[in-house]
Amino acid sequence: MGKCQGYLDEQFIELEELQDDVNPNFVEEVATLYFKDSARLINNIDQALERGSFDFNRLDSYMHQFKGSSSSIGASKVKTECTMFREYCRVGNAEGCLRTFQQVKKEHARLRKKLEHYFQLARQAGPKETARRSK
Amino acid sequence: MNSGSCSSLMDVGYDHQHHDGHEQLHVLAVDDNLIDRKLVEKLLKISSCKVTTAENAIRALEYLGFGDQNQHMDALTNNDLKVNLIITDYCMPGMTGFELLKKVKESSNLKEIPVVIMSSENIPTRINKCLASGAQMFMQKPLKLSDVEKLKCHLMNCRS
Repeated sequence: MGKCQGYLDEQFIELEELQDDVNPNFVEEVATLYFKDSARLINNIDQALERGSFDFNRLDSYMHQFKGSSSSIGASKVKTECTMFREYCRVGNAEGCLRTFQQVKKEHARLRKKLEHYFQLARQAGPKETARRSK
Repeated sequence: MNSGSCSSLMDVGYDHQHHDGHEQLHVLAVDDNLIDRKLVEKLLKISSCKVTTAENAIRALEYLGFGDQNQHMDALTNNDLKVNLIITDYCMPGMTGFELLKKVKESSNLKEIPVVIMSSENIPTRINKCLASGAQMFMQKPLKLSDVEKLKCHLMNCRS
């Protein structure tokens, strides 16, 4: 997981601990779900920001979801940017929101690339020798 | 641990379900976040629980047969449907987890079901409010396996 250092925290390791023979691709499934769901949220926020009228409550509500999901998969950098965004929402700083959102998208895209590579390598390496959990 | 009542499931007339000889807790997990639902479901399944998920409080209440006497009678007699534990997110659009907790505790049919509240935010007043309203436990998100193990232990009234 060396390449993902800094991008993912111990929550990601927690997810890996949940993989077993029954669900050998659990982490990849969750990651796929995350990127699909967060793409939707990014789109919603993009549209809301493009409209120009800053409904901070709505923006914060989208970001609350985004932050929650990011936290649950261990996406620490994305989560940090989400927190910043919510702070700007809280104080009604539109400029800050716009700026931070670019960072959110950047970190999100970076993480996506890293995880795609990570899962690719994992698949090439083959199934783990010993299941993490014996059931 | 918490200032609320700490009754074990045995005390409140918990009826162990038998499934192929194994006792299984049937947990209703309520969360509007898709990823969190998947995660809590996995955590509970790994902990040998039967899991039903709901994406909001209204759906959860419908599943529980809240306010529908006929549906509830069916749920009582049909062991497969009987819920032994509700675990719910606090922040949800529409009805919050806290409001769901109150509805459950106000219902003569459902009030014995332990309710656990989860939240990504660690706000003492929020936690106390939930415990004071009858929540069995409050759990910080993101959930880890050790949290669920702790929860099961707490419910079965064994101290680690």
